[in-house]
Formats: sequence, C-alpha cells, structure tokens
Amino acid sequence: MNPDWIAGLIGGLMIGCAAAVYLLGNGRIMGASGLLGGLVDGTGRSNMVERAVFIAALILAPALLVMIGAAERSAPIAGSGVLVLAGLLVGFGTRLGNGCTSGHGVCGISRFSRRGIVATLVYLFTGGVAVIVARALGWTA
Amino acid sequence: MRLVIAALAGALFGTGLLVSGMTDPAKVQGWLDVFGTWDPTLGFVLTGAILPMLVAWRVAARRRTALTGTELPPPPPQKIDGRLIAGAALFGLGWGLSGLCPGPAMASLGFGGVPFLIFFAAMVAGMLLFSAWNRRA
Repeated sequence: MNPDWIAGLIGGLMIGCAAAVYLLGNGRIMGASGLLGGLVDGTGRSNMVERAVFIAALILAPALLVMIGAAERSAPIAGSGVLVLAGLLVGFGTRLGNGCTSGHGVCGISRFSRRGIVATLVYLFTGGVAVIVARALGWTA
Repeated sequence: MRLVIAALAGALFGTGLLVSGMTDPAKVQGWLDVFGTWDPTLGFVLTGAILPMLVAWRVAARRRTALTGTELPPPPPQKIDGRLIAGAALFGLGWGLSGLCPGPAMASLGFGGVPFLIFFAAMVAGMLLFSAWNRRA
C-alpha cells in the first residue's frame, strides 16, 4: 500500500481520537471553524479559555514536530490574492453553514447527521469545481 | 481538568492533521481533483477519523454527561436549509482554491510562514464579515 495512504489512515485515526476525547471528556463537538468562530465573534464567550487552550495546542503541537524535524513543512500552492479570496470564502461559508470538514465531516457523518452528510457532499462537490477552475486559470503550482 | 482535556485533544488533532497530510494544500487539492490525477489519501484520512467517532457516539448515547460533568450534545438538528447548503458551497470553493480548511489552516500557523498567515487572517475576516452580515439579516 502507498505509504501516503497509511500515513493518512494513521493521522486520520489520531484526528478521530482527538474528537472522541473532546466529546467524551468535555462534551463538545470538535469542529475547527466553530471553535475559532466562537472566539472571533464572541459567541463562545462562556468557554473562551477552553477554546483558546484547544487552539493553542492545535497550533503548537505540529509546530514543535516540524521544528524537531519529525515532519516536513508544507508549502502553499496559491498566490496571496487567491489565498485572501479563499480565506474569506472559508471563513464566511463555515459560519453560514455552521461547520467545516471536522464538524460536519468527521463528527457529523459518524453520528449519521443528515446535515453533516449533506454539507459534506456539497463542499466536496464545490471543492472539486474550484480545483478545476483553479487549474484552468493557472492559479495552482 | 477541562483545560487539560482541551489541550490534549487540540495537540492530538494538530498532530493527526500533520501526519495525515491534511496540512499539505497540494495533497488536499489532489483529493478534490477527481478529473485530474486523483489522490485518494484524504479518503483514508476521513475513514480513519470517522472510526473512533463511531464508537464515541455510541458511548455518548449511553451516558448523560461527559467526564467533566458537562451535558453531552443533543441529537443533531435535521433541518436542511439554504444556509447550510450555501455555507457548505462557499466553504468548498475556498477549500478547493487554497487546499486549506479551518483545522489545517490553524495547524500550519506555527510553521507555514507568511502565506498561511495571510490565509488565516482572511479566514478570520470572513468570519467577522459573516457575523456583521448575520446581525443585519
């Protein structure tokens, strides 16, 4: 089997275990956009510190692993203009649709949530369309 | 205790995103590029991530509260509305264009350099834009 697939499976299991720890430990759904969004717009005021600690650990752990040379740093594929447009779309869209890959995808699908499944199908579809457009316009490396 | 669990989950999430290749935008675009040279890696990531959560939801169904005493989330809402569809559609467009979604965007902040900071700043701006728009709507 392709080593990338094995790494994907192992990394995926770690993501799922993180979500399980957060659910059974703190009673919360581990959705990246919701955790950050609640901090950004103040709707998560009641558990601000918990959100901040989660995000700090989420940033620090990979940074540390890259720093000690345990993993490679990855390079962006889009230019600054495209990154700004994409960031705005991701920020606005995940708040409007109330979730992203982790909330709707991992946590939603695993509890057979209709909304999670529908959202995942929609963003996979428009994501595929966006890649075709980006490739056609020469926006990717 | 809540904060220790939050730190543990965050660190494990970040490590998993890094190990799986989700923090590599080229890999993510390869997964979405169904009509090009399709890269199935992300299918393994999603499968791997869903497995522990299948178990976790079953455990959660038999309990009233989480370990720290917080109530577990209520059953998911069923309503498929325009907001869900439009939000997911816009998110997918941004995801495809950049190869980044919110989790990996944050996990890359500590080592990715300026381009990842630019994406993150724009993502936060998008969230604030939504919040402003939502208050008027």
